[in-house]
Amino acid sequence: MSEMQEKLVFDRPEVVIDRPTHYCPGCHHGVAHRLVGELLEEMELVDRTLLVTSIGCSVFLYNYLNVDAVEAPHGRAPAVATGVKRARPDNFVFAYQGDGDLASIGMAEIMHAANRGERIAVVFVNNTVYGMTGGQMAPTTLIGQKTTTCPAGRCREHEGMPIKMTEILSTLGGVAFAARGSLNSVKNIRKAKKYLRKAFECQTKGLGFGFVELLSACPTNWKMTPVAANERIEKEMIPYFPLGVYKDATEEGGAC
Amino acid sequence: MTKQPERIFIKGNEAIARGALAAQCKCFFGYPITPQNDIPEFLSKAMIDAGGDFVQAESEVAAANMVLGAGAAGIRAMTSSSSPGISLKQEAISYMAGSEIPAVVVNMTRGGPGLGDIGPAQGDYYQSTRGGGHGDYRLFVLAPGTVQEGYDMTIQAFDIAFRYRTPVMILGDAILGQMKEPIVPWTPENVDPEPGAAWCMNGKTPDREKRLIKSLFLEEGALAGQNKKLMAKYKAWQDLVEYEAFETEDADLIVCAFGSIGRIAKSTVRSLRAAGHKVGLFRPKTLFPFPSAPLLEMAKQGKRFLTIEHNLGQMVDDVRLAIRTVADSDFFPVLPGNLPTPDEFEEPILNCLEGK
Repeated sequence: MSEMQEKLVFDRPEVVIDRPTHYCPGCHHGVAHRLVGELLEEMELVDRTLLVTSIGCSVFLYNYLNVDAVEAPHGRAPAVATGVKRARPDNFVFAYQGDGDLASIGMAEIMHAANRGERIAVVFVNNTVYGMTGGQMAPTTLIGQKTTTCPAGRCREHEGMPIKMTEILSTLGGVAFAARGSLNSVKNIRKAKKYLRKAFECQTKGLGFGFVELLSACPTNWKMTPVAANERIEKEMIPYFPLGVYKDATEEGGAC
Repeated sequence: MTKQPERIFIKGNEAIARGALAAQCKCFFGYPITPQNDIPEFLSKAMIDAGGDFVQAESEVAAANMVLGAGAAGIRAMTSSSSPGISLKQEAISYMAGSEIPAVVVNMTRGGPGLGDIGPAQGDYYQSTRGGGHGDYRLFVLAPGTVQEGYDMTIQAFDIAFRYRTPVMILGDAILGQMKEPIVPWTPENVDPEPGAAWCMNGKTPDREKRLIKSLFLEEGALAGQNKKLMAKYKAWQDLVEYEAFETEDADLIVCAFGSIGRIAKSTVRSLRAAGHKVGLFRPKTLFPFPSAPLLEMAKQGKRFLTIEHNLGQMVDDVRLAIRTVADSDFFPVLPGNLPTPDEFEEPILNCLEGK
């Protein structure tokens, strides 16, 4: 096909740095990064953005987004982001955390930053497993799911039920927007981007804390092909972690 | 400096809080713990009135990480706590040291280990001067002995923190925090209104590279390079050692003590001098860097040494390291649960003087 016949319909946002990522094939972090990058440009936030990354595979988001960034200790991103935002209230501040980081060691920090209504956004990538450390059980690991630390499968009697963070956070007074999206299909990705936009708007409009959970695949630690991982999200994760808007104070009427 | 005309009669804790305001600290993040609550209580209003921000965090862990965030954004930020709370802050302190984030951390120490008590003690000397958190780093540690020094050293701490991009600790104790003295407040000139602007995160504009503040160095040789840089920084601090030498010149025996105990020991030295005994006091004001060189000079003059601390013996290690080639130091412990009087130090000092 000659060059004349090609029409560019899809390009990389400039704020997303042109370099190969370290993520495994089929991992959804790249998709989440791209959505964030697109929104920072569309909402003209790039120059104002201060990024807080945490521990795990996603710590390297700072290598892929061309914005100022600081690295938080494990689980503490919402506290670090609180400090950043209080220090520089005119900047746009968002944190990016995985499930082990946010829902386990960082439970206190996320709950209280949300409850204070910090003018920050938190992007929560939930793949039901500790990825970087090699596939251990997370607070979000589904019942029956096998991991390296629950090799017989997570059992309710022994490990308790998977934690539903979006539902919990949506009950807190400081939260202006809380939604759960998924990155397993084009349709869901588009919807997830709308949720992220709303969460970011909570901050730009000074409304309060914005939170978006993104159901994501970890084919390596799930020991699945990327395609089978996407199917697992649809068949196993979404029924337990229902998608949708759980709280929306960005406009009258609620849902996006 | 601009001297303000009036003296004010305040607690050590309040002096530290006021010193932070004078140093243009803009953010305070804290969590209640005795005996330092006057600091967050005072700043919860004063910091807001001064156009800054105050957050009572959900934990000491969160408070220290809020300081990490504000410091990374180049803003003067502080947290304060007491011994058990400082243990919890060590995670963030280690990260701040590794990421080269400036901050001031105040420790008004109490008795330990564990929950201990709420009375004065100096049991956190090792924790303060040996890093405290994980990894290979040091803190710049200032040890005020008077309420005025609490004020002065807080201002000094912010300057050092931003000059060297490092967390700085003020190591006081329950005595200093709770006692009242008159002080002369002053306001420093030339405090950079946008401190650290050349490195901090404040929003990437098209004309500059993005700024990344982190302590993760995975590439081969990168961490070695970073730690070498830290080592050079700590070495440069040697020029900043401060100490008080009182009646040391012709002394046969030097009493080494810091903070509140140093101040009490000074009274003992004064009264023993009046009785004709040749004793002097050496009070380090910087615990790291430790003023080793002047101590060694005194040792070379043939003086003897007695270290008095409100613990089982911690700073005495640094005294011994300083003078090890020519002399040694005796040690007298003050156990927690007591506020020692100058009289209590007379016997151990005289015993040591007489070589008993």
